[in-house]
Amino acid sequence: MAAVRIPPALRAEVGGARELEARGDTVGDVIDDLVERYPALGGQLLQDGELASFVNVYLGGEDIRTRDGLETPVRESENVILLPAMAGGN
Amino acid sequence: MATYRELLARVKEEIAEISTIEAHEHFESSESPLFVDVREPDEWEEGHIPGAVHITRGRLESSVEGLVPDKVRPLVLYCAVGSRSAFAAKVLGEMGYTDVVNMAGGFVDWKRNGFDVTIPRVLSSEQRSRYSRHLLIPEVGEVGQQRLLDARVLLVGAGGLGSPASLYLAAAGVGTLGIVDADVVDESNLQRQIVHSTDRLGEPKVLSAKRTLEGLNPDVKVVPIQERLTSENVERILADRWDVIVDGADNFPTRYLVNDAAVWHDIPVVHGSIFRFEGQVTVFAPGAGPCYRCLFPQPPPAELAPSCAEGGVLGVLPGIIGSIQASETLKLILDRGDSLAGRLLLFDALGTTLDEVTVRKNPDCPVCGESPTITDYVDYVEFCSTPLELS
Repeated sequence: MAAVRIPPALRAEVGGARELEARGDTVGDVIDDLVERYPALGGQLLQDGELASFVNVYLGGEDIRTRDGLETPVRESENVILLPAMAGGN
Repeated sequence: MATYRELLARVKEEIAEISTIEAHEHFESSESPLFVDVREPDEWEEGHIPGAVHITRGRLESSVEGLVPDKVRPLVLYCAVGSRSAFAAKVLGEMGYTDVVNMAGGFVDWKRNGFDVTIPRVLSSEQRSRYSRHLLIPEVGEVGQQRLLDARVLLVGAGGLGSPASLYLAAAGVGTLGIVDADVVDESNLQRQIVHSTDRLGEPKVLSAKRTLEGLNPDVKVVPIQERLTSENVERILADRWDVIVDGADNFPTRYLVNDAAVWHDIPVVHGSIFRFEGQVTVFAPGAGPCYRCLFPQPPPAELAPSCAEGGVLGVLPGIIGSIQASETLKLILDRGDSLAGRLLLFDALGTTLDEVTVRKNPDCPVCGESPTITDYVDYVEFCSTPLELS
């Protein structure tokens, strides 16, 4: 099981949760598991099955794009952070 | 018992001496010795030999090993005419310094020969008192405080993040603060924008901030720029040679514009953003680290990135993130410590957690990458609203 941090802008899609447990051997599997349970999340994270370019996903503090993307293997109890950009400063 | 004259004569027999002419030859050589000035502070402030270290005679024994740990390093000691430094040279010999000479004739003779002199800039007694807690920190000290007073920081936004950042930078004595913001103070700002106040409602934010900051510290000059930063005015605003930009903007077009301008002008950006209970903060240092486009190549669609005006923000959150921005800014000016370049801090006030993720320079970045495809300002509003490509 991986713990997935849900950013504030996506919490409405998952019933307000700040963190969710999800199953999967790769980051892609973990996201699929979440999207199966919370279909609305898929519309925000994925485009044609690919990770949308405006969402960063970190595994163990590293951007998965600098590793193997959605194929990056997830070890037991590793943390996944979903992170879209935020513009607010005011 | 010996008189002062007898004592001085005896000491001079025990130490090595050189003339100011010989000392100047050493000074000009490629392996210049370290000059140690043992005079009183008021004498030092009126001028000293360039590159000299200052240790008053009274603190010599207690301070010299901290300032000159290498005991075989060649040292030339001097005072006004060469008497106090003669006694100092004898003491250093007794402390194990092996290559110590006294400069006979002292600084008076050095100046009479027309040799180079540095007149140090000194803090006023009011500044010594105001910045006393900085002066006590080895990483700041008098030299660092002078750097802060000489520094020029541009704040984009006088809102949630700009308020605490500008207050702490002003209190720290950052000499020039430019503030870009087109808005006026609104009642809904005051839950978090602590540089403004109730009696400023309707006043331009830049003028309200100027009053607060210059009232806090008369050493600070605030340059109010009551405009929205755009592709049309950014070059004019950046022409004023800013050392650091603090990005506290409230929209994506301004953030991408700040990024591109900063990369092209080689100015570090201390970036902060906030939403509800969460904040992000990092440093984009051109050349040395990634830029904003390396981190976020594309802005999210509007529904995924509501502004604070749409989604709300905890009032204290910008206080925390903006204060980290001020701290990073001071470190960049002082050139001390490890900056957040290459690291994004994620603060969650609800869980009181601080996470860190790595941000890497993207070799394919369209602005700071190896083959840039964006080399001039674009229409940032359009860029942030165009349909997104897949990664």
